[in-house]
Amino acid sequence: MRIVVLLKAVPVVGNEKLVDGWRVDRSAGLEANGNDEYVLEAGLKLVEQHGGELVTLTMGPTPAMEAIRKALAMGAARAVHVQDPVLAGSDTLATGLVLAAALRKMEYDLVLAGADTSDGQGGIVGAAVATRLGLPYLSYAAHIEPDPSAETIRVRRISAAGYDVIEAPMPAFVAGTQLLGEPRYPSLRGIMQARSKEIATWTLADVGVEASSVGSSAALTEVDSATPPPPRAGATIVREAPEIAAERIVEFLASRRLV
Amino acid sequence: MTDMQTMAPRASEPAAPPAGGAFVVRAAEPGEVFTPERLDETQLAIRDAVREFVARSVEPRRGDVEARDYATHRALLRELGEQGYLGVDVPEQYGGAGLDKVTSLLVSEGLAEAGSLAVTYGAHVGIGTLPLVFFGTEAQRRRWLPGLADGSIVAAYALTEPGAGSDAQGIRARADLSSDGTHYLLNGSKQFITNAGFADLFTVYAKVGGEQMTAFLVPRDTPGLTVEAEEHKLGVRGSSTCALTLADARVPAENVLGEVGRGHIVAFNVLNVGRFKLAAGCLGGMRPAIDRAIAYAADRRLFGRRLLDFPLTAERIARMAERTYAVESVTYRSAGLIDGRLAGAHGDAEQARAALEEYAIECSIAKVLASDGLNEVVDDLLQLMGGYGYVEDGGAAAMYRDARIHQIWEGTNEVNRLLVPGMLLRRAMRGRLDLLGPAKRAGDALLSPEAPIEDGTPLDEELRQVRAMRTALLVAAGIAVQRYGDRLEDEQEVLYRLADLAIALFAAESAVLRARASGDGLQANLARLVVLSSIAAVERGTAEVAGRVQEGDERRMTLAGLRRVLRRDPIDGVALRRAVAAALIERGGYRGV
Repeated sequence: MRIVVLLKAVPVVGNEKLVDGWRVDRSAGLEANGNDEYVLEAGLKLVEQHGGELVTLTMGPTPAMEAIRKALAMGAARAVHVQDPVLAGSDTLATGLVLAAALRKMEYDLVLAGADTSDGQGGIVGAAVATRLGLPYLSYAAHIEPDPSAETIRVRRISAAGYDVIEAPMPAFVAGTQLLGEPRYPSLRGIMQARSKEIATWTLADVGVEASSVGSSAALTEVDSATPPPPRAGATIVREAPEIAAERIVEFLASRRLV
Repeated sequence: MTDMQTMAPRASEPAAPPAGGAFVVRAAEPGEVFTPERLDETQLAIRDAVREFVARSVEPRRGDVEARDYATHRALLRELGEQGYLGVDVPEQYGGAGLDKVTSLLVSEGLAEAGSLAVTYGAHVGIGTLPLVFFGTEAQRRRWLPGLADGSIVAAYALTEPGAGSDAQGIRARADLSSDGTHYLLNGSKQFITNAGFADLFTVYAKVGGEQMTAFLVPRDTPGLTVEAEEHKLGVRGSSTCALTLADARVPAENVLGEVGRGHIVAFNVLNVGRFKLAAGCLGGMRPAIDRAIAYAADRRLFGRRLLDFPLTAERIARMAERTYAVESVTYRSAGLIDGRLAGAHGDAEQARAALEEYAIECSIAKVLASDGLNEVVDDLLQLMGGYGYVEDGGAAAMYRDARIHQIWEGTNEVNRLLVPGMLLRRAMRGRLDLLGPAKRAGDALLSPEAPIEDGTPLDEELRQVRAMRTALLVAAGIAVQRYGDRLEDEQEVLYRLADLAIALFAAESAVLRARASGDGLQANLARLVVLSSIAAVERGTAEVAGRVQEGDERRMTLAGLRRVLRRDPIDGVALRRAVAAALIERGGYRGV
C-alpha cells in the first residue's frame, strides 16, 4: 500500500505568537500537528500490516523540518516538503490547491490527514484536497481498515448513536482523529535511520502552481482580528496521598455539580 | 626528552585535541570546550526520544521497577535494546550503533529519571558490556555483543569481593587451568554485583594461579556459579545487588577476556567509561531536582507568601543551579574531549579505549564533581521540602537515598580524588605532560600576579581568576612534589586537596568558557557563581597544602604570594544568586538553560 500523510508543522500549543497582529508566527519552535501524528501512527501500522511505503507531504517554512525529521524517525520512508517564500500567508484554499498539485505528482492508494490542525482549526483543507483530486473523502475516522485485494477502504467513525462504518474504493482520502490511537515516539534507531532518508524539497514551480494563486495577496479569506487566549486561571493542585486526594477531587467535582 | 616534545600539546595546532590533564598546565582555547549548546539536531532528537521513553515506557511500570520485579527490568531492557539504546557504545558490526560519547552521555543523562532502571541500564551498557567491546576477541564479540545490544542478554560485572573493593588488585578469587588446558576452575566470592539477580553473563575477575589478575566471561548457567540473595540497600532498591559464589566454577579457556595476567588493564579502562557515564547519570538527576524544588516552592505557602518568594529559597535554588551548571559544563566538556580524540572513528573499540585512557583524569573529576553535586542538590531539595521531603510520598526521599551510592561505586570519591594528582604526576614523569615547566613558571608568577585581562568581553575578570587558580594549583603541586618527592603518595591529605584544586579549576574554566560562548545572561551569572565558589575552595586548599608542606618564612612567602595571585574585587554574591533564581523561575526550571 502506498500511503501519503499530510503533515503540518504548527506552533507548540500554548506557545503560539502572532506577527502583524494576525498571522501565526512560524519562524521557530514548530512541531507536528497532533491529529497528523495520530494518522501517521495509523498509516505506519497499515504499512506494517500490509506492506508498502508511507511518505509524508508537508507545505511549510524551513522550521517545519523538525516535524518532518521526527516523522521519518517514527518510520515514514521519505518526505516531500513544499517550501516557497511566496507561500507565506496562504489561506486554506491556496493550501488545498498546493497540496493537491503536489499529490498529483505522487503515487498513492491512500491519503491520510488529521481532522484539523491546532493552529488554524479550519478542518477544510483535507476536504478541499480530496475534492480537487476527485477522491472519496472519509472524515473523522476512528479506525481504518483497508481491503487491499478488493482495493477498498473501510473506516469507522463515532456518531451520536454509536459509530458509522463508511466504505469507499481506493485511492481515497481519510481524515482521522485521536481515536486512531496514541502515536509511537521515535527510537534512537529510528532517529539514526532517518538521517539517510530522503527529504525532497519542491518549490511552487515544481508542483506547477502559479505564484499569483497563493500567499496573502491571493487569499479569499481575511483575518479581521486575532487575540491570544486569556491566561488560564490558577489551578488547584492536590498533593495528598492517593486515598485522600481522590476524596478531595470528588468533593471538588461535587461542589461544581459535575458528579 | 623526545617523548615530551612529541607528546606535549602544541598551541600552534588548535585542531589537535588537548592531551588529558592539559587543563592543569594551560588555558583551553574556547573552541576546545564542547558545550550542550553545541548539540546537533540528531543529538537533540535523541535527547527528546529518551525522555519520551521514560515518560511512556517506564513511568507506567515504575512501581514494578522499584519493587525489583526482575521480569519488568528485563522487559524494559529488551525494549531499550529494540529501540537502539543498549548499542550506543557497541560497534555497528556487532549489532550496535557505534555512536559518539556525547550521545552516550545524553542517553545516560536522560535515563537517570528512570529510577532504579537507570542502575540496571548503567551496569549493563557500561561495566557489563564494555569489557567485551574493548577487549573481546572477534569470536567473543560475535557471540555476545549482538545479544547485549538488543537486550536479550543481560550483563553484570563482578570485580568487588568481600575483602577487596577499591583495592581491586587485592582480590582473592582464583582461577586454575585444567591439566588439559581446556578450562579454568574459578573459586572465590564476589560482593555487591549489580544486576546479578537476573544477569545472563558475568565478567568475573580472578587471579590465575592465585597471582595473575584475569577477566573471565562467565555465563549464568556455569556449573559452580551461585547467585546469592538480594542485598537490602539504602537506595536504588529496585535494582538487583547480590553476591556470587564460585565453587569450582568451570569456565572454558576461550572465555578469558583480554590476556591472562592483564585483567587490571580491562578493569581500569572499563572503569574510565563507567565514571564518565556515572557523571552523566548524576547530571540527569540534578536538573529534575531543581525543577521539583521550584514547583514545590511555588505551590507551598507560609506566612501568607509563596515559599518561592523567600530570599533564602531563591538562594538555595541558585546554589542547586550553580552545582548543576558546573557538573553539566564539565561532563559535556569531557565527552567532547573523548569524541575529539575519537575523531569520527566511532565504533572502533581500540580507539575508544585509548581515548578514554587519555582522559582518565577528566573522567575521575567528572565522577567526583557530579556525584558530590547530585548529593548536595538532593539534600537541598529535601531540606527545602521539609517534612514533605522526609516522607516517602514527597518524592525527594527516594532521590536522596538513591543519590548516595554514586559517591561509592566506580571507585569511591576518595579513590578517584587520589587518582587525579596520581595520574597527573605519573604522566609528568613519563613525559606525557609537561608539568615541571608550568609549575616553575607559576612559582615565578607568585611574585607578579596575573594582569587583568579586561578586554571588555563578558566574564573577562572570571577568566583572569581561572588563570589565577591554575597558578595557585601549580604552586601547590610544585611545593608538594619538592617537599615529598616519591613519598607524596603517603600524604593522602595533600593529594586529596590537590585533587580538589584540580576539580575546582576544571569546573570553573569549563563553566566560564561555556558561558562566554553562549552569550546568555543567566549562564554568565551561573559561571560567576561557579568561579566564586571555586576560587574560595582554591584559597582554602592551597593554604592547607602550604601549611602542611612548608614552614617558617618560606611558608609565609608562599601564602603571601598566593593571596596576591588570588586577590580579586569583592562582588555581591547575594544579588547574583537572587538574579539566577529569578531567571530560573522565569524560565520554568533548569531545563530552559
